[in-house]
Amino acid sequence: MDKTVKEPLIHITKRRMVSKKREWTVRIVSILLALIVCAIVTAVTTHLNPFAVYASMWNGSFGSERKMWVLAKELAILLMVSVALAPSFKMKFWNLGGEGQVLAGVLATAACMVYLGDKMGNAGMIPLSLISAIALGALWAFVPAFFKAKWNTNETLFTLMMNYVGIQLVAYYIIKWESPKGSGKVGIINQNTQVGWLPSLGGKPYLLIVLVAVLVTVLMYIYLRYTKHGFELSVVGDSQNTAKYVGIKVDRVIMRTLVLTGAICGLTGWLMVAGTDHTITTTLAGGRGFLGVLVAWLAHFNPIGMLLSGFLIVFMSRGASEISTAFGLNKAFGDILTGIILFFVIGSEFFINYQIHFRKSHRKEAADV
Amino acid sequence: MKKKLVAFIVCLVMVMMPMLAACGGGGGGEEEPAAEAAMKVGLICLHDENSTYDLNFINAFNESCKKLGVEGIVKTNVPEGQECYDTAGELVDEGCTVIFADSFGHEDFMIQAAKEYPDVQFCHATGTKAHTEGLANYHNAFAAIYEGRFLAGVAAGMKLNEIKEAGNLKGDVPKMGYVGAFTYAEVVSGYTSFYLGAKSVCPDVVMDVTFTGSWYDETAEKEGATNLINGGCDLISQHADSMGAPTACENAGIPDVSYNGSTVDACPNTFIVASKINWSPYYEYVINAVQNGETMEPDWTGTIATGSVELTEVNEQAAAPGTVEKLEEVKAGLEDGSIHVYDTSTFTVEGAALDSYKADVDTDPAYEGDTEVISDGYFHESEYRSAPYFDLQIDGINLLDTAF
Repeated sequence: MDKTVKEPLIHITKRRMVSKKREWTVRIVSILLALIVCAIVTAVTTHLNPFAVYASMWNGSFGSERKMWVLAKELAILLMVSVALAPSFKMKFWNLGGEGQVLAGVLATAACMVYLGDKMGNAGMIPLSLISAIALGALWAFVPAFFKAKWNTNETLFTLMMNYVGIQLVAYYIIKWESPKGSGKVGIINQNTQVGWLPSLGGKPYLLIVLVAVLVTVLMYIYLRYTKHGFELSVVGDSQNTAKYVGIKVDRVIMRTLVLTGAICGLTGWLMVAGTDHTITTTLAGGRGFLGVLVAWLAHFNPIGMLLSGFLIVFMSRGASEISTAFGLNKAFGDILTGIILFFVIGSEFFINYQIHFRKSHRKEAADV
Repeated sequence: MKKKLVAFIVCLVMVMMPMLAACGGGGGGEEEPAAEAAMKVGLICLHDENSTYDLNFINAFNESCKKLGVEGIVKTNVPEGQECYDTAGELVDEGCTVIFADSFGHEDFMIQAAKEYPDVQFCHATGTKAHTEGLANYHNAFAAIYEGRFLAGVAAGMKLNEIKEAGNLKGDVPKMGYVGAFTYAEVVSGYTSFYLGAKSVCPDVVMDVTFTGSWYDETAEKEGATNLINGGCDLISQHADSMGAPTACENAGIPDVSYNGSTVDACPNTFIVASKINWSPYYEYVINAVQNGETMEPDWTGTIATGSVELTEVNEQAAAPGTVEKLEEVKAGLEDGSIHVYDTSTFTVEGAALDSYKADVDTDPAYEGDTEVISDGYFHESEYRSAPYFDLQIDGINLLDTAF
């Protein structure tokens, strides 16, 4: 019987083994391709020299000592959020509540500074605000984790909802604390007394934050890689049934991991209020709760890898605002370039894990069968 | 596979080469040698040109810099947080000796920067703290925009009279609607002066006010204006920075008195007139003062006389006949002091005329009134500091919500 096999034009197979070298080749090639596409888009739409635009983007991050510190601070804060989210996602707990968890820390810190600013000095205020921020951040993540563990509620919706609760709560307190009346702004808290403000190490206001972020990242790396807890949460992520079979208490692991996530988010909120901004707004988390997910995924939950993916994001965003000033371009243009680069970087993961086969002209072989 | 990829990239690069060559000359790299010697000034903006509020600052800034031959650097989309301080620092690094900021929430971060860089002048529009902060290099500025809004109110009142005479009022008495941002003194001062302007020509007018809780929220402003229109308002004005309210008016065919600049292009049938602050006189005052080494007062209030308070051209298609002439007449009265906007004989609070009021001029968390502001028969707005502090709820104005 003459049976012709109809082969599709393209078919895709998953690669079994991917060497590190190949992985990085694909990534670097994809970034180069992205830069070329960005250059074409820039040249065609703005009639600017793409290399001048790239130079300006570079300048936005490394143009001066101050810009480097701002880059380091932004990276540190984004990295903290990503590192906080990594264990949740590794456990396949879709925690989209980073925004609310950071805001919980922000709110707790600001509340301490507003209500107790004239009652205690820094020796009491700094530990108190730190503990409150971590506790409230942890609570914000614990609530959805508890419901997930006990009644298997949908954590995606629950954590998202907690964001809105957090934002509304912050909005309420902003109106309560606003000054002058009706302005809807809290302004810098304790600007003259500086109570609750973190000290600047060696005259570098952002050094402390960078150090804390490095420390948390390294600790998280160790936690995920070398501890029993880290192992347990990855087993839960791979298969809850396997975890149950080997005697892991899944609900406890879920709650424990989320408390850790929330605590680090709360710590991040504390660093932002006590360390850098000294004020509270509903947008202080600035979307990092979602960007952090992207950063963590891109790095396959490897905290050291998050340093790279986080750097890419912060570098692009700093560059985007620099080119909007230098060339009078709308900020949206920078976002377009960021979008193109992210598209290629995320796309590269596909080419790392899968192989594309094109139809070859071997009909003869098929006929012979 | 690899070879194909390499070939593909090579192709792309080759395609790009001519493009690069073609646009290579247009880059921002070349600078004129003369620019190096020029004084540098910076402007920090909350949003960018898409906000009518920021656009008003940016246009005046660029014009003033060009006129005085100084180099201006504009930083847009700077949030009211640490970013403002960082941006101010960057402008100092780039050599600016004067730095302006345009949004109320920038104030504390500007003060923080001012403390750190005593040799640089920090000039903040709409802020309230310069006169109490005691820093030699930190200044607030505002304009007596209540005079402009009063004039805009006169135009609104005349339009209401026209509608009334034609028998087209929606209710028994003429009713205006006002979309405000917050229940903040700047907004209260604004809508009250607008109302008093209208009342001066249309005595039985009443006004509904709604608040959006944001200085720039196109959806909320549009929705607020639509609600007011559905609630029986014959005319709308607004104090928020997007095109939300003007667009809603144009769609509904309801006359609109705008703010920050003319919206006649988008709303040819409903736009009457707009009041706006012209910041150029302030920029020029500051730049000249710094160039001549003169010291500046903590507060600067522009007026109609300094050219800081302006009305746009009246849109004859929508305005009542005779508006232009009447506005000239009232404007002359404001300038020579025969008309005061907050004349205590023209309004009442809870049914009684006021002869004394302590306003919260020195900002404090308890909002305590600290300065007597009524004397000689009128409320002295923007005299004890540049930013408005009129926060009385006068009769005839109905606040629909005060959540913000």
